[in-house]
Amino acid sequence: MAPLRTPGIRPRPTLRRRLDAASRRLFPAAGTTVLLLLAAAPLGLPGQAQAQPAVALACVFFWSLARPASMTPPAVFLLGLLADLLGLTPPGVSVLILLAAHGLAAGWRRALVQQGFLTVWLVFAAVAAGAAALEWAMVGLLSVRLLPAHDALLQFGLTAGLFPALAALFTQAHRGLADPDRA
Amino acid sequence: MIRPSIPMRQALARLVLPLFVMAGFALLLLGRADALLAERARMALADAVVPAFSVAGMPLAAARAALEKLRELRSLRADNARLRAENEQLLRWQAAAAALDSENATLKEALHWTPVPAASYVTARVVADAGGVYARAVLLPIGRSHGMTKGQVALDGQGLVGRVTELGARSARVLLVTDLNSRIPVALESSRGRAMSMGTNGPRPRLAHWPEEAPPVEGERVVTSAETNAFPAGLPLGTVRYRAGVPEVELAARLDRLDAVRLFDYGQRGVPPPEAAARLAERRGK
Repeated sequence: MAPLRTPGIRPRPTLRRRLDAASRRLFPAAGTTVLLLLAAAPLGLPGQAQAQPAVALACVFFWSLARPASMTPPAVFLLGLLADLLGLTPPGVSVLILLAAHGLAAGWRRALVQQGFLTVWLVFAAVAAGAAALEWAMVGLLSVRLLPAHDALLQFGLTAGLFPALAALFTQAHRGLADPDRA
Repeated sequence: MIRPSIPMRQALARLVLPLFVMAGFALLLLGRADALLAERARMALADAVVPAFSVAGMPLAAARAALEKLRELRSLRADNARLRAENEQLLRWQAAAAALDSENATLKEALHWTPVPAASYVTARVVADAGGVYARAVLLPIGRSHGMTKGQVALDGQGLVGRVTELGARSARVLLVTDLNSRIPVALESSRGRAMSMGTNGPRPRLAHWPEEAPPVEGERVVTSAETNAFPAGLPLGTVRYRAGVPEVELAARLDRLDAVRLFDYGQRGVPPPEAAARLAERRGK
């Protein structure tokens, strides 16, 4: 049972209520999984191959900031593994990048939650640049080849550009669907 | 249950992230050491998602087909005129082809030519674009249970698409000729010079290693060569296009809108596809 954080009268924790709360707690990781699969689905959108790491990074960064209790290192590890298997990157590459993003978001959490969205976006853009560069370097190193840089640039642009839309969506979910206190 | 003290729990929580980062590095090394493991995991996942993707793709394909039809309706008159002109030209070619065919037959007769057996093929719908940021591949909903083998050659209506590199029970991944790891021995049709087509992840693979006395000529047709026994000779790849002084292959296959591919089994096992090659080297090392 979750410890009581705030004083007050609470409804009795029936099975249904506890299931409701658990599913709300699971929402960030489950939602990210669904989005990752959706990004790999045959939608025929341009730039879809680049959208997948973008979605993964945005999800992990946002939820690590907003609800670190629901985006834990084990969850990030599994999401990274899924991204690696779906995206044809050598296994471990997305795992390490997402864990790094999670670590940064968790470390800067206290400073970032007080800032406006623009600052968060700028910080995320910097993280996205680092992630794209890291992926470019790691995949290149593992395949012993100099990869074309425009793929990395496109990925960075898409990641930074998709973030506001995804963040707007997640903010809604954060306040409603994914809030365990609303169970 | 004994509950650890709060500082203890905080210390443990701080250890979780470094622990998983280490697990990530371990995974990286494991993937390097055993390419087969990663491939198996990948194809297990592909096997699991292929049915869902196939179903999900249907309404989208229908919508795209409807849009395409609307576009066709608008250009009906222009298309008609163009087709009529083309048809006239083709009829002339047909006469030429018939003449050449009979000439070919007599020449083969005179030379006691041994006929090449026709290759068997299956056709499969492309389920998903299975590439990533640094890979170009497509996913097919047929696999080992349909008698597929690795190294089968994939073509669309116009030309070479790629080769089957990963195989699951009911899914297969075709590495496209544009992928960075794709190396295809080709022949330049007018000079019969040999060259390599190297994928760059861009839309056009680059040509390399052509003979010095016969550089690729703009507009020349590029076909596969049987050099390494990986491909049969003469499959159309595309035409030579120079861009900024570098010869590239304008692909005949329409890789940006692949709906279905034909998979030919030529029984060619000369050069295993990239992933398999990595494993072979590993086995030799043992």
